[in-house]
Amino acid sequence: MSLTIDQVHRVAHLARIEISDSEADRTLGQLNEIFALIEEMQAVDTQGVEPMAHAQDVAQRLRADRVTESGQTDQRTAFQSVAPETEAGLYLVPRVIE
Amino acid sequence: MIEHSLQALGTALAAREVSSVELTRLYLDRVAQHNPQLNAFITVDEAASLAQARAADARLARGEGGPLTGIPIAHKDIFCAKGWLTTCGSKMLSNFVSPYDAAVIARFTAAGAVLLGKTNMDEFAMGSSNETSFYGPVKNPWDAARVPGGSSGGSAAAVAARLAPAATGTDTGGSIRQPAALCNLTGMKPTYGVVSRFGMIAFASSLDQAGPLARSAADCALLLNAMAGFDERDSTSLERAPEDYCRELAADAGPLPLAGLKIGLPAEFFGSGSSPEVMQLVEAAVAEYRKLGAQTVAISLPSMQLSVAAYYVIAPAEASSNLARFDGVRYGYRAPQYDDLNDMYGKSRAQGFGAEVKRRILIGTYVLSHGYYDAYYLQAQRIRRLIANDFAKAFEQCDVILGPTSPSTAFRLGEKAADPVQMYLSDIYTIAVNLAGLPAISIPCGFVDGLPAGLQLIGNYFAESGLLNVAHRYQLASEWHLQQPAGLV
Amino acid sequence: MKAWEVVIGIETHAQLSTQAKIFSGSATAFGAAPNVQANAVDIALPGVLPVLNKGAVECAIKFGLAVGAKIAPRSVFARKNYFYPDLPKGYQISQYELPVVLGGQLAISLGETERTVNLTRAHLEEDAGKSLHECPGANFHGRTGIDLNRAGTPLLEIVTEPDMRSSAEAVAYARALHALVRWIGICDGNMQEGSFRCDANVSVRPVGQAEFGTRREIKNLNSFRFMQQAIDYEVQWQIATLEDGGSIEQATVLFDPQSGETRAMRSKEDAHDYRYFPDPDLLPLLIDRQWVDETAARMPELPAARRDRLAAEYGLSAYDARLLTASLELATYYEAAVAAAGKSGAKACANWVMVDLTARLNKEDREIGQSPVSAEQLGGMIARIADGTISTNIARKVFDALWNREGDSADEIITSHGLQQITDSSELEALIEEVLATNATMVAEFRTGKEKAFNALVGQAMKATRGKANPQQVNALLRKKLG
Repeated sequence: MSLTIDQVHRVAHLARIEISDSEADRTLGQLNEIFALIEEMQAVDTQGVEPMAHAQDVAQRLRADRVTESGQTDQRTAFQSVAPETEAGLYLVPRVIE
Repeated sequence: MIEHSLQALGTALAAREVSSVELTRLYLDRVAQHNPQLNAFITVDEAASLAQARAADARLARGEGGPLTGIPIAHKDIFCAKGWLTTCGSKMLSNFVSPYDAAVIARFTAAGAVLLGKTNMDEFAMGSSNETSFYGPVKNPWDAARVPGGSSGGSAAAVAARLAPAATGTDTGGSIRQPAALCNLTGMKPTYGVVSRFGMIAFASSLDQAGPLARSAADCALLLNAMAGFDERDSTSLERAPEDYCRELAADAGPLPLAGLKIGLPAEFFGSGSSPEVMQLVEAAVAEYRKLGAQTVAISLPSMQLSVAAYYVIAPAEASSNLARFDGVRYGYRAPQYDDLNDMYGKSRAQGFGAEVKRRILIGTYVLSHGYYDAYYLQAQRIRRLIANDFAKAFEQCDVILGPTSPSTAFRLGEKAADPVQMYLSDIYTIAVNLAGLPAISIPCGFVDGLPAGLQLIGNYFAESGLLNVAHRYQLASEWHLQQPAGLV
Repeated sequence: MKAWEVVIGIETHAQLSTQAKIFSGSATAFGAAPNVQANAVDIALPGVLPVLNKGAVECAIKFGLAVGAKIAPRSVFARKNYFYPDLPKGYQISQYELPVVLGGQLAISLGETERTVNLTRAHLEEDAGKSLHECPGANFHGRTGIDLNRAGTPLLEIVTEPDMRSSAEAVAYARALHALVRWIGICDGNMQEGSFRCDANVSVRPVGQAEFGTRREIKNLNSFRFMQQAIDYEVQWQIATLEDGGSIEQATVLFDPQSGETRAMRSKEDAHDYRYFPDPDLLPLLIDRQWVDETAARMPELPAARRDRLAAEYGLSAYDARLLTASLELATYYEAAVAAAGKSGAKACANWVMVDLTARLNKEDREIGQSPVSAEQLGGMIARIADGTISTNIARKVFDALWNREGDSADEIITSHGLQQITDSSELEALIEEVLATNATMVAEFRTGKEKAFNALVGQAMKATRGKANPQQVNALLRKKLG
C-alpha cells in the first residue's frame, strides 16, 4: 500500500507538526519507502500470537497512597524558570476557546 | 594515564597518586583540544566538573571513596542532570536546563564519579550515524570523514578519542552497540529493566535501556555496577538483588576459561547481509572462542529478519506519543511567531524538531491512527513476540549468541543521510535484541582498512555477568580493544 | 406529530479520595496556589515516569464490589493521545480495551418506582489541569493560564449503557451514583469543586424505532439541576430540529446555565483520533482474589443491604428505609439516634430525622454531618417523649434549644427550661378549676351544646400550664369537671 498526500497532511496535523506542501511531497516519498520495508510484516501469519507490549512479562508495581512532595513554591519557581511564558504561577498559552 | 583502565584509575586515585582534580583537568583539556574537530560534546562545564572533582578528592581523602570516586565520566545528553543543559541533541531542548537528576546521573554522583560533560547524540536518539543532531554531526576518531555511529555517537567518539575514560549511552535499537563497534569500543545494553529509565528522555519506552560505553568489558562491568539497580520511580525497573558484575572477571580460569560454554551461531547472522571483510573478522573471533574452550552450535532465529520492520512500527509509535510533551508550553522551544494555539504547536514542533524526528513522529502517528492500528501496531507486537520466542528457543541450545554488531564498518558522513531505509538497515543485527529485551555487548574484533569492526554477544535475560565474562576472556586473549586511533596526542 | 423516545447514557468522572495523585506523589488537595501541587511527573518534564497509586486501584475495587461488577484480574493502562495545553504529556493515561471494572448495576428510584441502570464499565484515569482565562490580580493579555495542580488527580470514569429514557431518570441515576461513591468513601462528591462531573449522551428516536438516533454529548454537568435543564433543552432542541426536517450531527456540546441552552464546542470540532495504545511505561495491573476479598472486608454495609436491614430491624416502611439510607452519614446518624432512644423509639427517630431534622438542615443549607444536634442528643430527647417526660409539642422546643446549643442534652434542657410535663393530677385539677372559674362564658356556651367552646377551654388550660400538661389528661379532667 502507499500513503496519499492527504494522509500525510492529516497525520502531520494530528501530530501538530506544520508541514508545507513541498515538504509533504518529499515526506510522502520517504514514508512510502519506509512503509515498503514495514510491509514485509504483512506476509507473516501471526494468528493466535499474543501481542508483546513490554519486554518483560511482569505486573505493575504499586506505590503507597502517600504524598511525597507538595505545596512547593520553590519547586514551581525552578520549573517555571525554563518555561517560555508564565504569569502569576501559571503557564501562558494563546487563548483557548471552548 | 589516558590508557589506564577504570580499575587502574581507581587504584591511582585511592593511592592519591593522582587527584580527581588533576584527572578531570587532564580530560577537560583534552576535550578543549580535540572537541572542536570531533564535536563529541554538546556541553562542558569546567567549573561544575572541577567542583565535583574537589568533592571527590575530599571523599577520597576521608577514605570513603568507591571504585569510581573521582573518575570523570561523560554522559549522553539524553540523561537529565540538574543544573546542566540537557538537549537530547535537539533544538527543541536547546534551552532546557534540567531541574532534576536522572537516576543514572544520581547513581554516578552517589558513587563519586565526576560529570565530565554531556555528549552529542542523534536527535532524541533517533539515528545510527549521529548526523541528526541539532548540534551537528560527530566525527569518528578513526577517520574524521566517517560517522561514529549512533545514536550514542558523541559518547563513543569521546571514549575512542580518550576525551573521557568512559561514558554512558542508551540503546533502543543498537545505539550503544553500533557506535561501540564503529569506534573500537566495548558497549553493553543490559536486560530491559536493569537500569532505571527515570530521567532518561524517552524515545521508545519499551525498548530504551541505558548502558556503558568503555574501552573494555572490565570497565563496562564497573560502570554497570554503578548504573544498575532497582528504582521505585520507574514502573519497568525490576526488583532484583544487587549484583557485582565484576564477580566473574577476576577468577583465574586456566587455559580454557570458557570450557563448557555453548556459543550459538545463528544462520541469519552469517548470511549475505554483512560485508565479507567484517564476516571474516567475526569468523576469526569464533575460532578464538573455540581456542578458549567454547563450543559452537548452529542455531536459527527465523523471525529476526522481520525485526527492522517491526521496530520501525513500534519505536516510532511510542516516540510519537513520548514526544508529544514537547509542545512549547512548559519548557523547551516555542516558535517566536504564531497566530493561535494550534499554530503555536505546529510551528514550535516543526521548527524545534529535525527531519528524522519528524519523520518518525509521522510514521508513529500513522501506524496508531484509526483503521491502521491492527495492521501495523498489533501486527508488529505479534512479530515482536515471535522474535522473543526465537531467542527463547535458541537459549535452550546455547548460552550466548554470537554475530556481527553492524553489517559494515563506519560509513562516510552523508553516505546514508538521504536514504532513511539504508540507514535503518544498518541496525539489522542489533534491533531484535531490544525487541526481546535481552542483554547484549559489542566488543572490538579487528579492523577492515583501518576501521574497527564489532562482535556482538547476546545473552539470556539477566546474563550480564556471564556476557561480560565471555567478552572479558576474549579481551584477555586479544588486543583489538587496546588499539587506539592515530593522532590523539 | 410523531412521538419521540429519549435515550440517555451517562459518563461520570468521579475524583477519587486519595491523598496522592494517581501516578505521582503530589497531593490532590483542592485550592492550592497555581502549580505548586504539580511536581516533575505532573508537569511532564522530559524523562519522568508514572508509578500507579495503590489507593486509586482500591477505590476502583470498592466501586466494582458496590455495583456487583466484575473486577478484571488483569487490566491495562493506555495512552489517549491529543494536544491540549492542560494535558502536559500530550496524552492522558487512561484505560481503554481492558478496564478495571466491567458491568454492574445501580438501582435508581423515581418517587415510588425503582429500576436498575446497567453499567458498561468503570476505568481508572488521570485528570487534566485547568485552563484559566482570567484571574484576579493578573493580566494575561488575552491569553489562557494553565494550572496543573489538578493534572494527575485520580479519576474513576463510570459509563452506563444507554439505559435512561428521561432527564428525570438521568438525574435519579446521577443522584444514586453520587450517594454511592460517597457512601463507599471513594469520592467526596463535591460538585462545585469538580469532584463529581457528568457527561450526558443524549439522542432521540421515534417511538418504536430500534436503532438509536445520533447522539450529542453534553460535557461537564456539575449540578443535578443543570443536568436536568441541559438534557431537557437538548431533547427539545433535537426533536425540534428533526421535526423541522433537519438532522443531528454527532457533537460535543456545553450547557450554558445563563441562557439555559446547549451549544457545540468550538475547540473539539477537530475530528478525533486518539491513537490509543498500551502505555509502555506502565505494566498490566493485576488484581488477585485475595486483594478483592480483603477490600470487601473493609467495605461498609452497602445502601441496599442497609435499607433492607433497617426495614426489617426497626419495622420501617421501604420508603422510609430508603430515605434514611440516602447517605452513609444519614443512615449512621439514624442508627445512632435509635441506639440512644431505644429500639421502641425507632419509628419516632425515623420521623424526627426525616421531617424535623431534615427540614431544619435544608433551611440552613447544612449537611447531616454539620447538624448541631447530634444523634445521641436527638435519641435522648425521643426517649423522653416515649417515657412521657415531655410531649411532642414540648419536644419541638427542646429540639430548638438543642439546635441553639442551649444545653448538652435533652434532659439538661428539660430541667433548666422547666419543660417537664405536669403529670400530678391534683396540681392539674387545681389549675383546671381556676381555668373554669375565669372562663365562665365559655363554660356557659359549652353547656348550651357548643362543642367548640370545649376546645377553647382545653386551649386555655394548656396555655395556663405553658404546654407542659399532658393534653389527654387535661381533656379527661375537663370532661369530668364539666360533667
